[in-house]
Amino acid sequence: MQHEEDESRRGELDAATRTSVLRQAWSVGIATGAYGISFGALGVASGLSVWQSCALSLLMFTGGSQFAFVGVIGAGGTGVAAIATATLLGIRNGLYGLQVSEFLHDRGWQRAMAAHLTIDESTAVGIAQPSVRASQVGFWQTGIAVFLFWNLFTLVGAFLGNALGDPRRWGLDAAAAAAFVALLWPRLHSRDAAATAAAAVVLTVVVAPWAPAGIPVLVAALAAVAVGLWPRPKDAAPGRPADDRGAP
Amino acid sequence: MTLWLAVLAACALAFLTKLAGHYVPSSRLEGRRMRRVTALLPVALLTSLVVVQTFGASGGGLTVDARLVGLGAAVLALLARAPFIVVVIIGAAVAAGLRALGWN
Repeated sequence: MQHEEDESRRGELDAATRTSVLRQAWSVGIATGAYGISFGALGVASGLSVWQSCALSLLMFTGGSQFAFVGVIGAGGTGVAAIATATLLGIRNGLYGLQVSEFLHDRGWQRAMAAHLTIDESTAVGIAQPSVRASQVGFWQTGIAVFLFWNLFTLVGAFLGNALGDPRRWGLDAAAAAAFVALLWPRLHSRDAAATAAAAVVLTVVVAPWAPAGIPVLVAALAAVAVGLWPRPKDAAPGRPADDRGAP
Repeated sequence: MTLWLAVLAACALAFLTKLAGHYVPSSRLEGRRMRRVTALLPVALLTSLVVVQTFGASGGGLTVDARLVGLGAAVLALLARAPFIVVVIIGAAVAAGLRALGWN
């Protein structure tokens, strides 16, 4: 198996497969990168500088966590609460790493680069491919394409947001709510997910009136723990990290 | 803690989380229940962020304003299978429109 994979890694893809993988990778890259505009604009609207917003896209490079970080800061939460929320949301990237390292066989700095590019989109395109080599090309090309466009559009959005002035006047606070619900939407496919979301709403509404900003979101994480650990008769339910992909 | 320090610390933790996935043997996370919890974590956090971002009042607590209508419009856009960027723009435009008409 290992030998076969090494062989296929050296072997090049046929032209048709290569074209199809590249087309997938770069269309996902452009589509995802474009909403870097909304992240950049929300970043400065939340009180980050243009360069702090850009640093998040360059160095954190995982949309959900970035939106969460600026969301908590914008709501007046502490740096610690923002860090904790962003990190909890980023745990899924660790699970993606487990999956993609099965077909990526990079070492050293290339492995570190691959880790940095491990996000929803690169993982989804990578594991959707028919062969090991196609998976490698799909992962890398998608990761690089999203990285380029995401950072470019974050910069554009941050300058745009700076020029707009009062963020409420342009509905940027509602844009943040819309961004979170759009990130949530594709994950609400199972009964477990719906139960988790319902419990998270209750926890947030109960805690928000008296807890400092940023804390309600962390308390709501308990909804996932409660539903996930809930004993069930036939404990063969899914919950693979792969079920979790497909969202930006 | 300065904002820059928080930004850089969060970035470092995000990278280390990704890196851990590439190095930790997958057997460490095999437990079904643990997997379920980690798969549901984004659902809980994102749901809570939707609530906070929609109803959060500037002085703490919860309030209802134009953001709720913006969120409703965003959900309609999602039901119509609109792409992410369109959903975000619709949410913002509806809230901005209501405010231009004078409804907070």
